[in-house]
Amino acid sequence: MKLDSVPIRLERCAKTFPGAARPVLKPLDLDIAAGETVVLLGPSGCGKTTTLRLIAGLERPDAGGRVFFGAEDVSARPIEERQVGMVFQNYALFPHMNVRQNVAYGLSIRRLPPQQIARRVDELLALTRLDALAERQIAQLSGGQRQRVALARALAPQPRVLLLDEPLTALDAQLRESLRTEMNTLLRNLGVTTVYVTHDQAEAMALGDKIVVMSAGAIEQIGTPRDIYHQPANAVVASFIGTMNQLEGVWRDGALHCAGGRLIAAPGAQPRSRLWFRPEDVILTPSGGELHGVVESATFLGGHTRLSLSGVGAAPILVDAPGRTRYATGERIGFSLAAEVWHTPLPDTETTTC
Amino acid sequence: MNDLTLPRHWRAALLAPALTVFLAFWLLPMSRLAAISVSAGGAGYRALITNPRYLESLLSTVILSALVTAVALALALVAGLALVRHAFPGRRTLIAMLTLPLAFPGVVVGFMVIMLAGRQGLIGAISRELTGHNTVFAYSMAGLFLGYLYFSIPRVILTLMAAAEKLDPALEEAARSLGASPWRIQRDVVLPALRPALLAAGAMCFATAMGAFGTAFTLATEIDVLPMAIYSEFTLNANLVVAASLSLVLGAVTWLVLALAGLGGGGNVAAAA
Ligand SMILES: Nc1ncnc2c1ncn2[C@@H]1O[C@H](COP(=O)(O)OP(=O)(O)O)[C@@H](O)[C@H]1O
Ligand SMILES: [Mg+2]
Repeated sequence: MKLDSVPIRLERCAKTFPGAARPVLKPLDLDIAAGETVVLLGPSGCGKTTTLRLIAGLERPDAGGRVFFGAEDVSARPIEERQVGMVFQNYALFPHMNVRQNVAYGLSIRRLPPQQIARRVDELLALTRLDALAERQIAQLSGGQRQRVALARALAPQPRVLLLDEPLTALDAQLRESLRTEMNTLLRNLGVTTVYVTHDQAEAMALGDKIVVMSAGAIEQIGTPRDIYHQPANAVVASFIGTMNQLEGVWRDGALHCAGGRLIAAPGAQPRSRLWFRPEDVILTPSGGELHGVVESATFLGGHTRLSLSGVGAAPILVDAPGRTRYATGERIGFSLAAEVWHTPLPDTETTTC
Repeated sequence: MNDLTLPRHWRAALLAPALTVFLAFWLLPMSRLAAISVSAGGAGYRALITNPRYLESLLSTVILSALVTAVALALALVAGLALVRHAFPGRRTLIAMLTLPLAFPGVVVGFMVIMLAGRQGLIGAISRELTGHNTVFAYSMAGLFLGYLYFSIPRVILTLMAAAEKLDPALEEAARSLGASPWRIQRDVVLPALRPALLAAGAMCFATAMGAFGTAFTLATEIDVLPMAIYSEFTLNANLVVAASLSLVLGAVTWLVLALAGLGGGGNVAAAA
């Protein structure tokens, strides 16, 4: 099954709810290419659902904001006329209809011939592996099954755009991971323009062609998962995605000096008094090393052990070590940093919190 | 299922008062009523079948109650949904005022209908001004209908509002995203979700109308509804046998309708009412 899809464009879309003093969304611009999967990622309450509802047509942007589907300005169109498929956070399945009736609902609205509806519903039930459950009542389904019914129902009328609001959040961790993989395959095969809302960064990384990191009603960064992870635009993004260490020191003679030693930069590097790096960008050096620290705690995580080192900079530094090596607290450890560290382009200022 | 909250003898002791009340005030009078109704060789029931007055009053009571139920449900559905959905100034006051008629006894309701549609009533005064004819319908079926509607609507609205408040707004949004028109959403999403509440409220409304006495006593001078017929047999004619038979028939018909509504709802509507 392949769906026709359109690009989406938000222009200066702000949102202030009636009676509220401050807007929940600051004016934002967003371009989504046809067939692309874009993930809106951010902490709870940052405006992800509101953005999704603006695209859906369930909310109108404040004056001046416009929404385009392709060349068509859909700003004034309600959701009924936008041809979007939507999966709600609680799935919102019709409780008095069975699985088949739920999936068929959008098609029956369009007054298609019964045989055609039946054929298309069968196709979707097969696609979402619900064939065996077609006659089940919604109350008799598990969370994962409900999620798939909601997806099938949204896809049945061949939407131009698929909108998903935290579709996996209500499920337990293991199921979430397997459904995430399944969903990824499905979205790629469908080729429908998809906007996916989540607060789970692993989900965002796995599913998104692009990730839009949001905080406090504004977009912090738009980029591929790799961009977002390796080139965070600012401290907000860096602290929300993965773990980021901050090492402060004094710049002298082309090197950064700190309590744990000194890091020599490549010739001609910009002077800086602060470095950002991820725990996995640390190279442990059994003998020597540019920096040294003392193991405060070692947490075995299976694949690797996460060490917290003191005496390197002002704050403890987190470091990933191979899982098979054992570390004792109080042990002194030497390490250096991968060259990419010098490229993490965060503004050289105090960490701002959202 | 095992109830582990209290020891057995405690539970028995606590149940005893309820059981006593049930025996003393329900089972004993009921069996006495049944016994009286079949005394005199079933003359009471025979009178019911042979005397067209009784049948007529039974029929008009059922029709009136059904009509009141249907109209009350329709009006309350529209009003209740509007009250739940839309925020407007004075909404809370309006809801508080809605519960006011619940406090009035049937006699007062009848009195209000007379003030509205009686010989000195408001409607009569207006129609006299406009057409020169004094419209009076307080003492007809229409007057009873109005009075019954008046005391039914608040209960029905409150029941429906409680159910409508529990409706998940995302259900309607989901239907909209699938292209459903407002009309289809009402039919396919809202009404099915409100169905149990509609049945419960309808059953309650019907049962109340079947047994309403105060309003009928004030208004039904020209017509006969069943509770009035029972009253006059009992007090004026001292015909205990017929009064008892009529009472049991009234109870049976009402119970039957509640049971049917319960079947339709798949739940225990009588209990909900
Ligand atoms: N209908 C509404 N009326 C008023 N405030 C709202 C409404 N919907 C959401 N908000 C507020 O807008 C902010 C963003 O909400 P939302 O978009 O749901 O965040 P997220 O989905 O990222 O958790 C929250 O502070 C929330 O309380
Ligand atoms: Mg949300």
